[in-house]
Order: sequence, then C-alpha cells, then structure tokens
Amino acid sequence: MASTAKFWREQAARYNLEGTRCVNCGAFFYPPRIVCPRCRRNGVIERYKFKGTGEIITYTTVYQAPRNLNRQMPYALAIIKLDEGPRLLSEVICDPEELSTGMRVRSVFRRIGEEGEQGIIYYGTKFVPA
Amino acid sequence: MIGIVSYGVYVPLYRIRVEEIAKQWGENGASIKAGLMVEAKSVPDLDEDAATMAVEAARAAILRASLNPRDIGAIYVGAESHPYAVKPTATIVAAAIDASNSITAADFEFACKAGTAAIQTCMGLVSMGEIRYGLAIGSDTSQASPGDALEYTAAAGSAAFVIGQDRVVAEIEDYASFTTDTPDFWRRDMQKYPSHSGRFTGEPAYFRHTIAATEALLEKTGLQPADFDFAVFHQPNGKFPLKAAKSLGFSSAQVKPGLLVPYIGNTYSAASLIGLAAVLDKASPSQRILLTSFGSGAGSDSFAFRVTDRIEEVQDKARKVEHFIRSKKYLDYAAYAKHQGKIRM
Ligand SMILES: [Zn+2]
Repeated sequence: MASTAKFWREQAARYNLEGTRCVNCGAFFYPPRIVCPRCRRNGVIERYKFKGTGEIITYTTVYQAPRNLNRQMPYALAIIKLDEGPRLLSEVICDPEELSTGMRVRSVFRRIGEEGEQGIIYYGTKFVPA
Repeated sequence: MIGIVSYGVYVPLYRIRVEEIAKQWGENGASIKAGLMVEAKSVPDLDEDAATMAVEAARAAILRASLNPRDIGAIYVGAESHPYAVKPTATIVAAAIDASNSITAADFEFACKAGTAAIQTCMGLVSMGEIRYGLAIGSDTSQASPGDALEYTAAAGSAAFVIGQDRVVAEIEDYASFTTDTPDFWRRDMQKYPSHSGRFTGEPAYFRHTIAATEALLEKTGLQPADFDFAVFHQPNGKFPLKAAKSLGFSSAQVKPGLLVPYIGNTYSAASLIGLAAVLDKASPSQRILLTSFGSGAGSDSFAFRVTDRIEEVQDKARKVEHFIRSKKYLDYAAYAKHQGKIRM
C-alpha cells in the first residue's frame, strides 16, 4: 500500500508531465524541483506542464522485466530529451528495431503497471514515435 | 444554442483481420467477412484500456478547440469495459486532462449507447446554466468469448464530445430516445465475457430501437430523411446500419461517410460517436447530421445536429478519424489473444 500512496502523490507529474520552471532564469525541471539550483534564493518557481514532445537521446532493448508491466517483451526504453530541455527515462511504444537516436517522439497516456489483479492500476506517460 | 463545442477520437494502432480469426476456428473467413461487411477490427495494445483511450480522445477534443480544461464542469464516461468495477474511469480522465477538482463526474453504462446518454446528461447541465462545458465520452475495449460470433467484431476505440452553449461547431437541434427491457445482450457481474441471445439481437433489439428512436426524432422535429446530409447509426456490423437506414428512408450515400465498422470493427460505446466524428471531420457549415445510437438491454438515442460556421476552424486542429483508419499494424491470432488478455500470464 505504501507504493499506492507514493504513486498518488506523484500523479500530476506522471499523468500530465507536470514539472516546474524557474521564471527568473528560464530553466525547466522534470521531475519538478522546488528550488532552482542556479538562482537559489532569487529563483521564482512555478508549475509547468510540458508539451510532451521531444527526441530520443539513447535507448536500450529490455528482454526481461516484471510480469505486471502490461508489456510484450522485448520492449524499448529510452532517455528522452523534452523540447523544453529536461531529460527523462521512459518506455517508447514501438518495435525496438524502429528506434534511432534523434527520433522524434510524443507523449501518450497508458497503463504503467498494476498491483496484481486486485490492486490498483497505475497510469502514466509513455512515448510513441511522433 | 446548445451543441458540440469540440470532439476528439482515438483508435488503437493494432488490427486483426476477420479472416485471421476465422482461420483459427476453421470457419469460412471470406463468407463471414462478406456477411458482416467487416474486414478487420481494432485491437488495444497491452497497456491500453477504456480509461487510457478515453484520455487520448478527451485530450484531442481539448486540443481541437483550444479549450481550457478548467472550463469543464462535468465529465461522464460511458463504457461496458471500465477498467475498475468500482473506481470511476471519469476520475482518471479528469486528472489526466488537468480538469478542476470542483466538477461532477460519473461513469455511465448502457452497452453501446452509454456515450450518447452522457451527451444528453451534459446537455441538461449546460442548459440549466450549471456548467459551461460538459465532457461526454464513449470508450470501450470490448471483449468477446473466444470462438463466439462477436469475436469477429468486438473492437476498441474512444470518442469524446464537449457540450456547451458557446463556440458551438454543431448545434443539437433536438433529440428523442426509446428504451425497453429487452434481454438481447448482457454480462452478469464478475463474468469476463458477455452473453447474447443470438439472432434475437437483430429485429427486436437493434432494428426496433434504432427505428423507433429515429422515427420519434423525425416526428418531433418535423424533419424528413432528405433534410439530412449525413446519417450515422450504431454499427455492430456493416449490414445493420444500412438496413435500418433503408427502412427509415435514408440512402446508403447518407450513411457511408460515417460507417467505419468495415475498417475498425464495432467499438461499442464509441461506435456511433466515432462515426459522428468522421462526419464532422468533413462537414460543411449548415449541413444537417442524424445520429442514432443503440445499446443492448435495450435503447436508442437519436439526435439532429446542424453544423455551424465554426466547424472549419476546428476540423484540422486534432487528428481526424481518417488518420486512425490509415495508421494500422496487423496482428496474427496468437499476438491478438495476448493483447486481449486471453492468455493469462
Ligand atoms: Zn533559475
């Protein structure tokens, strides 16, 4: 149940790619930061919803994973650079052979996993070729 | 003027051909395909369900008309495949479109017409002035028991409609409904697959309700079939809507633009609504559209829409139905069975 509560707290970030940005220097943060590391005390942090578009920096193919991932093996995992700047690790839904560095991707809403057949279903963001 | 302010659709990428399913069960694929007038049906990905597809359609609807999700005051999601038995899909959609917490929300269930029931409920709240916009969604990943006749058509898709009084792209001129207690198709609690009474699903169910609701609408509005540019009916297969249209006096030319079942199968709660979206994608100002849904159990809702000048501003702002028809990857039966959760891991 601990993970149910943790997931719920992070819901806005997972569902809507919600992070933050510093109005003072223009930096974007995902996952959200509450202090700008550059501006420190002068930083002005506000909520920011990322557009969900970006490109693949690097990727790998996963051949074995836990069974509750709702995913066919093998599947593709990539580091994605969002157009606003931050990088994140996400599954990219496509044939791993179709992947390439620099490939454009966009965010979609999918099942991320579940706590077994009786537990809650985790939803969140994954990416597909744009 | 109450009407559609925006709309969005979603159909999964995967398809399975009717002939591939027939091959599995030793049936004659060509004759089934011709009988149903269905070539292939859509199949959800392993991580897709009625909630994820509802979110995709809702986001497309918000994007299409550049709406502020905080202006939405009600969210209703119609499905017969809600991912939770208890825990509303509407709550997941609300969070995933960043709607306000100060909204009313609920899930609807009326087989394949839960989405049009959601539209009617939104119309009520909008006309009372209680909300600015209401979001009505039909979304389903329908399940059929392996080898059952319904397996050839039970597909997946979603359509979302924003109902309001300002920035209307299609006015809802009027509606009429027809409801009876008819046991043509059902699923008992805790059962994975639905049951149906075979041939009984035709005349006393689909045709009786579709025709009665449409005739009631025509009588209420004084409109004739010839007054409509398009007619969209619930589409469990290709033949039923064409037959219903003919007996009501509509031509197949009025029906074909909104007939998607040959390419994606029966998307249940989304079926007639995706048909309506396909027509809105190509409609011109002042054209008139008839929509009649059907849900087993049984009932039909029939609407008359009049397209406004604003339609041209929104048509190209989100993915059209045509995009989803064209984007597809075919699965073989083994991969399909896994996608449908028929093989439990
Ligand atoms: Zn800063």
